[in-house]
Amino acid sequence: MSSLSDVFAAAKAESRAALIGYLPAGFPTVDGSKDHLRSMVESGCDLVEVGLPFSDPVMDGPTIQAAAEQALSAGFRVSDLFDVVSAVSEAGGRAVVMTYWNPVLRYGVDAFARDLAAAGGLGIITPDLVPDEADDWMAASAAHGLDRTFLVAPSSTEERIAMTARASSGFLYATAVMGVTGARDVVSSAAPELVARVREHTTLPVGVGLGVRSGAQAAEIAGFADGVIVGSAFVSAVAEGDAAVRALAADLAKGVRSAAATV
Amino acid sequence: MGQFTPTPHDPDARGHFGPWGGRFVPEALIAAVDELAAEYDKARLDPEFVNEFQRLLKDFAGRPSLLTEAPKFAEHAGTRVWLKREDLNHTGSHKINNVLGQALLTKRMGKKRVIAETGAGQHGVATATACALLGLDCVVYMGEVDTERQALNVARMRLLGAEVIPVKSGSRTLKDAINEALRDWVTNVDETHYLLGTAAGPHPFPLLVRDFHRVIGIEAREQVLEKTGRLPDAVIACVGGGSNAIGIFHGFIDDQDVRLIGVEPGGSGLDSGSHGATLTAGTPGSLHGAMSYVMQDEDGQITEAHSISAGLDYPGVGPEHSHLKDIGRAEYFPVTDAEAMEAFALLSRTEGIIPAIESSHALAGALKIGPSLGPDGLLVVNLSGRGDKDMDTAVKYFGLADGGQA
Repeated sequence: MSSLSDVFAAAKAESRAALIGYLPAGFPTVDGSKDHLRSMVESGCDLVEVGLPFSDPVMDGPTIQAAAEQALSAGFRVSDLFDVVSAVSEAGGRAVVMTYWNPVLRYGVDAFARDLAAAGGLGIITPDLVPDEADDWMAASAAHGLDRTFLVAPSSTEERIAMTARASSGFLYATAVMGVTGARDVVSSAAPELVARVREHTTLPVGVGLGVRSGAQAAEIAGFADGVIVGSAFVSAVAEGDAAVRALAADLAKGVRSAAATV
Repeated sequence: MGQFTPTPHDPDARGHFGPWGGRFVPEALIAAVDELAAEYDKARLDPEFVNEFQRLLKDFAGRPSLLTEAPKFAEHAGTRVWLKREDLNHTGSHKINNVLGQALLTKRMGKKRVIAETGAGQHGVATATACALLGLDCVVYMGEVDTERQALNVARMRLLGAEVIPVKSGSRTLKDAINEALRDWVTNVDETHYLLGTAAGPHPFPLLVRDFHRVIGIEAREQVLEKTGRLPDAVIACVGGGSNAIGIFHGFIDDQDVRLIGVEPGGSGLDSGSHGATLTAGTPGSLHGAMSYVMQDEDGQITEAHSISAGLDYPGVGPEHSHLKDIGRAEYFPVTDAEAMEAFALLSRTEGIIPAIESSHALAGALKIGPSLGPDGLLVVNLSGRGDKDMDTAVKYFGLADGGQA
């Protein structure tokens, strides 16, 4: 069992979904991101995704694009990422990294895995790396004991869902809608169907993300998924200060615990 | 050899040219690129598709394009120079070849909406044209900086019925237009085809864009043999993403004695750091869906390209060029903005042909290579586009409005 499996097992033992919160490292500053991520952990995130700001974030909507741009123009470096991950793990939180693949390639896939593991990180979510191109990452993650979270989408075929699930460990990331990141008012109707399809191929926990911003939405998703992933809403909350970040995490944490009532 | 005949230079089934290419895209797009690859595999062997494509090239785009000798320009190059006149195609550049092919594929797939990115506007205009011809909805993403320096092409696209969306993110140039097009595609992929304008991106784009442009090299080879009785010593083309270059290179790729030369945008010079010479100065990375040489910093952040030519202002390059560089079959070097503008003026004055600034890079490359070949040497330069769109830049660069002389 990986440590990521523990996160989902613990939530399951409480008959609830895990809450997974995303924030880019270095946003609004390196120290600021450490503080906010620690607050997210303290206020109910079972797992945090630490984003690596990238110059060309093709899967992200305007909110996360702007956050990445701000971090980069403030001088964010990849070495800062490991520092932020360390801060989360030292505070007793659990962290994975979410990153576009080019910075990992540039750093060196094995070196990146080594340094992430040393910082206490548990794995990497790879939005633009599909298992077909992931030979180096499969080897590096195995060598350094990291989990691999690949994505599945409503457009994925059964064959690809099965293949992606086999290549993944820890949990699988289901993108609830066809589109980029960003808070939406309504939870996509494609999400429950996708999760149901995924479950025919794997017993891995399934996290659902893209567009979640409220406790009510979290509750809805917790009714059919093992993890609720929230990104842009946390990025937006940062602008209102740490109290807003804590309040959002608490609202979402309540949401993932009230699923039973809504299903 | 037909334009769509599979070659020994095709990528593997997953789109790899050696270690380059492949698919570095979100899973959400895999179904769409799989569908496109499957459709292209059928279409390239379907006489009905091939005939319709060739009919459009002939009756709509005006192919074959001429091969014109440029004797007065050649005096400055010190060797014989022939120009492959892609500037004479409808819409003024080689781009029409690829857009007609992909627009026909779009119809075959039953999709009604086309999106595209554009830098200089040539690909956007060509796409808007093909969509008008074939009755497809068209949205073109263009960096805000480029909409300003290529305002006339924005007007053209709108006149042709396309919606032009200025992209305000990042460096507000071609790479950001591609980012925005990819975001649109992942959101609307069911009814939308992304009509990528260069031989880059995830498989199968590098393969099919190349094949739609192979007509350039096939024609050029026949024409140069007919007109001069021999093969050229070298074929020269400019390389931004690399579509016109890969199209003409393929006509000669099995002629081992013909050098294939790609000329990159050297901007203010490589030492200045302000350039777009990806193959000369870049490092391996993944950008816009494929492994290739890219311009990036030591953290893997993509850096901005700089060129006086909007169409070459791109920090990536097609994966097959990375492969041809590695195996030594093609060679690449940069010329500066100043050298390109000098060639731009020289061809205009000596031959009465105003080239695109993109193509002027290839001409400047010919001026550099020519002397080493001597008077009996023979160069074919791919004149990938015409320079009408570049008049604003030329007016400013040469001060033409103030009575200046290029």
